[in-house]
Amino acid sequence: MEPKPVIELDGIRRDFVVGEETVHALRGVSFTIHEGEFVTIMGTSGSGKSTLLNILGCLDTPTSGEYRLDGIPVRTMSKTQRAVLRNRKIGFVFQSYNLLAKTTAVENVELPLMYNSDVSARERRERAVTALQRVGLGDRLNHKSNQMSGGQMQRVAIARALVNDPAVILADEATGNLDTRTSFEILVLFQQLHAEGRTIIFVTHNPEIAQYSTRTITLSDGKLREDRINDNILDAAEKLASLPIEED
Amino acid sequence: MNITNLFKIALKAIGANKMRSFLTMLGIIIGVSSVIIMLALGTGSKATIMQEIEDVDPGALMIIPGPEYEETGGNWLPEYSQTITQADYHSILDKSKYLKAVCPMVYSSGQFINGKNNHSGSVQGVNNEFLDINGLSISEGDMFTDAEVKGSAKVCIIGKTVVDKLFTNGADPIGTVIRINTMPVRVVGVLKSKGRTAFGQDQDDIVLMPYTTVMKRMTSQNYFDMIYVAATSKEMSQLAKQDVTEILRENHKLKDTDMQDFRVNSLEEATSMVDSVMNILTLLLSCIAGISLLVGGIGIMNIMYVSVTERTREIGLRMSVGARTVDIMSQFLIEAILISVTGGLIGVLIGAGISYLARFVMMHFTDYHILIAVEPWTVLLSFGICTITGVFFGWYPAKKAANLDPIDALRYE
Repeated sequence: MEPKPVIELDGIRRDFVVGEETVHALRGVSFTIHEGEFVTIMGTSGSGKSTLLNILGCLDTPTSGEYRLDGIPVRTMSKTQRAVLRNRKIGFVFQSYNLLAKTTAVENVELPLMYNSDVSARERRERAVTALQRVGLGDRLNHKSNQMSGGQMQRVAIARALVNDPAVILADEATGNLDTRTSFEILVLFQQLHAEGRTIIFVTHNPEIAQYSTRTITLSDGKLREDRINDNILDAAEKLASLPIEED
Repeated sequence: MNITNLFKIALKAIGANKMRSFLTMLGIIIGVSSVIIMLALGTGSKATIMQEIEDVDPGALMIIPGPEYEETGGNWLPEYSQTITQADYHSILDKSKYLKAVCPMVYSSGQFINGKNNHSGSVQGVNNEFLDINGLSISEGDMFTDAEVKGSAKVCIIGKTVVDKLFTNGADPIGTVIRINTMPVRVVGVLKSKGRTAFGQDQDDIVLMPYTTVMKRMTSQNYFDMIYVAATSKEMSQLAKQDVTEILRENHKLKDTDMQDFRVNSLEEATSMVDSVMNILTLLLSCIAGISLLVGGIGIMNIMYVSVTERTREIGLRMSVGARTVDIMSQFLIEAILISVTGGLIGVLIGAGISYLARFVMMHFTDYHILIAVEPWTVLLSFGICTITGVFFGWYPAKKAANLDPIDALRYE
């Protein structure tokens, strides 16, 4: 049985009106991502990769074309409907972590569930703790965001993206602010999540990362230039083991 | 998203910036406490004055010499002060139908001397109906008699302050002969103490003598400074006023077109005047205090604007994890309301505390007995104003936050 499609893009165009000119950020992008895929979206700056990420994350809507997230058409949705959709279907991981300042790890992870009134306070806490344990921070539940290293903060952010059990995790340059070793630690985590059946979309301009994903979509000038299934997936854990251990 | 979560989020945001939140609240605290204090002082003063007036017979009328000031053309002649005569007094006694008490009054002043002690003050020449009309009573001794009034007897009734000044050794004043200027006068009674008025006038600093004695032996005048009368009841006071006016006009042989050379004022008019003056005063004080509340509100708005700008990325993040426009709006509104209402609560406590402290100090350490009271409606009013302030001044910053674009907000540096 073919896995069910999570993301279906059909002829997505996105125009921005800047002054009197119209900028075509996306000029008709179509692809489908199925459940359980680990996709890297690559492209240089100006390729439309950020615009695509915003559309995939339901933060923005296409000018034309159809986008279905987990079978739900997004283009005609209102701002509020999209907010609820993000809350239930999407987990974001940002380059700069975007944790709430002076707030503990567990409270940060609870945040998406705060906006879901179906989840009780007790369930919210339990799910946040479980998510933090999953990313290996079970012993740092009550550390505040300013008491953690970059890698730890990004793990909290990943836990936050997991806590609502999303249809897709959208990572935007999630290793961009981290050193090589920590980057690979995070990649190991993403590969583990993928192995557990999570659908992951990783947006980056770093070609090295693409080697650890199952599929690479490359954008250029607002068009899909290459969509390649990766036959030779590298193991991030192996690479991590081969890295020299830094001594302080 | 349920409201409990919104409160939790707002509380966390306030807690994350404790000092700033407190300083923002301070504006509201000062505003509300000053409104509470001003209202307490205003209503307290009014209640005190009203109570003082209520002691006086509600049907009291004052017959005062001289025309209405407006009719004099600004030119007050000396004879205007001398238009109420003995003849008027007797006519009123003979002809008036609605009066239960009539008391002629003359004013003088002098130095009161008892041995080494002396004290200066005013002397009021009255008859023995004065006490009833004014709601005064004698605590020791007796009021002077009719016979003493008729005979211009050298007797007096003194107030507590005068007793304290002249009888420092604690001797019984009753029966003692003191001197008023050079005239020896026997003290026959002491008035029951009334303390100070709301305006600070000492009501116990008083010497009463028969009006005949004052007129004959002190001021050598043959006119009265006032005739104080009491109608049979409050309801009859208007009728009594007309009656007395007619009697005096006839006495003074005034034609319909002539300027009336005396005035009759009723206590009721005075009461309603005091009432409206005090209301205006209270309103004025509260408005001044209200300005500080307004400034406090603008403080909230200012801080909320700063807060929205500072937390742009946080707002973007919240939106990306599923906060709806209404969630963000509510969060910032609740934050503003929490600050203003908490500030309001502290303000009410401080305001009430200061009001009652002032009342306590006045009661126990001064002669001013103002009935300062924080009335429930002023507390409700302040709370209402605080909530409205929070909503009003929180609205625009909250709207600004809610209308942010999540994409721009997330990228905000």
